Amino acid sequence: MKAFGTVHKYGDNVDTDVIIPARYLNSSDPAELAKSCMEDIDKDFVNRVKPGDIMVANKNFGCGSSREHAPIAIKASGISCVIAETFARIFYRNAINIGLPIIECPEAAQGIDAGDQVEIDFDSGMIYNKTKGTEFKGQAFPPFMQEIIKNEGLINYINNK
Amino acid sequence: MGMTMTQKILAKHAGLDSVVAGQLIEADLDLVLGNDVTTPVAIHEMEKFNKKDVFDKEKIALVMDHFTPNKDIKSAEHCKCVREFSCANQIKNYFDVGEMGIEHALLPEKGLIVAGETCIGADSHTCTYGALGAFSTGVGSTDMAAGMATGKAWFKVPSAIKFNIVGEKAPWISGKDVILHIIGMIGVDGALYKSMEFVGEGIKNLTMDDRFTIANMAIEAGAKNGIFPVDELTEEYMKEASTKTWTKYEADADAEYDEEYTIDLSTLKPTVAFPHLPENTKTIDEVGDIKIDQVVIGSCTNGRISDMRIAAEIMKDKKVAKGLRVIIIPGTQKIYLQMIKEGLAEIFINAGAIVSTPTCGPCLGGHMGVMAAGEKCVSTTNRNFVGRMGHVDSEVYLASPAVAAASAITGKISCPCEIMN
Repeated sequence: MKAFGTVHKYGDNVDTDVIIPARYLNSSDPAELAKSCMEDIDKDFVNRVKPGDIMVANKNFGCGSSREHAPIAIKASGISCVIAETFARIFYRNAINIGLPIIECPEAAQGIDAGDQVEIDFDSGMIYNKTKGTEFKGQAFPPFMQEIIKNEGLINYINNK
Repeated sequence: MGMTMTQKILAKHAGLDSVVAGQLIEADLDLVLGNDVTTPVAIHEMEKFNKKDVFDKEKIALVMDHFTPNKDIKSAEHCKCVREFSCANQIKNYFDVGEMGIEHALLPEKGLIVAGETCIGADSHTCTYGALGAFSTGVGSTDMAAGMATGKAWFKVPSAIKFNIVGEKAPWISGKDVILHIIGMIGVDGALYKSMEFVGEGIKNLTMDDRFTIANMAIEAGAKNGIFPVDELTEEYMKEASTKTWTKYEADADAEYDEEYTIDLSTLKPTVAFPHLPENTKTIDEVGDIKIDQVVIGSCTNGRISDMRIAAEIMKDKKVAKGLRVIIIPGTQKIYLQMIKEGLAEIFINAGAIVSTPTCGPCLGGHMGVMAAGEKCVSTTNRNFVGRMGHVDSEVYLASPAVAAASAITGKISCPCEIMN
């Protein structure tokens, strides 16, 4: 499994309230949530994002509320993978459970800038910054996690086991 | 090697003699919780399941608290979805308007969770029940769905940070000041993936309401859970609230901790978290002159009866500052009624505040106190992120009920000592 796309870059402690503000939580429809993704931190994100793009952030990405709407909105906006120095724990679980690939890799988070073209190989955990010609070793996805992602989430994975 | 309180509870529920930090386990759940925002997503996930029945209709609690009484048609549809699911599955602990309260104030009050139990909730502040000596943690809707269907959840056993509480509370200090002080010290990811275990002789000087507030905000330091040992006060509380039997767990003498801190309650000062992170703390003497537009006293963090009592004590026979909106939200119907009986509601209304039915409402910018651009609020809630209570250019200052009540009178962030003799 691979991902390739343009990077949208954010800083420390991006919370789930800015990923998807609570005023939109009266919906649980992925496409509708995607329309407001990152609105309170990056109003233009929804206009710039293209299918396959990659999100990169510094530490504690996804902190705060447990709303699964946050990774759902990111995934539905077209993002193929989120790389961060660290993830908040509930977001980490939620992302895997809904089949949004995420990688903790402090070096990549530091070495990748907004607009860079990045390729990720989920089997090896390698992250290639095509724009800068650099590469980083992230954690490879164990097979069961790749299966969850291929099955579009935990429930389908359990059903299909 | 010795185990922490959390590790012992998890080992017991995984059917193991012992566990170590980092170990992946599958644990039995005593309670699975959801609210009106997260449960519809979980129900949608459950519909995809081959197995559609819930594991135990008495061990699931569904609380309609975030956007209730419903603020718009979409949130009404969400509640309807949960109501129908509860009816179809005969969920015993379904709480709708009239019975509901803010989930983390309600569940302990109803005796649905006691010491030694495990709980997952599709709400990040589920960690509140650690005050009772339970393992409880926030998860997302998919984990909630899997929990409702199977009665189990997988966990990575956490390591822990130990907070040794000593001394007696200085004047105007409450659980809120203790936890804001700690988050200011270790940061919003200071306990990432870990347990926060509170121990020490000073715990006897913390009321149950103080402990609920402290455990509630463990998530704001990134923790998996916060937990207190069970003492006489805890047992008294559980005896009154619950018919369940509980189990007391204490950490082994040789349990390992990643870090240890000592918190001396006698040296703390009222503490305020400035926008836009709970770690941006200042003590009240460092705050300066900050004029405010709104005060909120309530939420799963500080909507309990002792919070209402301290606020009323400060606001009694005084008037809310001109131009300020003051919103008081008791956590549950029982607390609301108690407020009326004790004359607290009258004190608030006479002062010029409003008293609302229980709801999460303004805490997450839902309804009942959403702010416009440029406005500032002193709030007893738990988060002050960008846009949390409304417009992205509004600001939330987190504080204790005592500081919030004093600020309600002066119109700027104030120490209760300024207006009380």
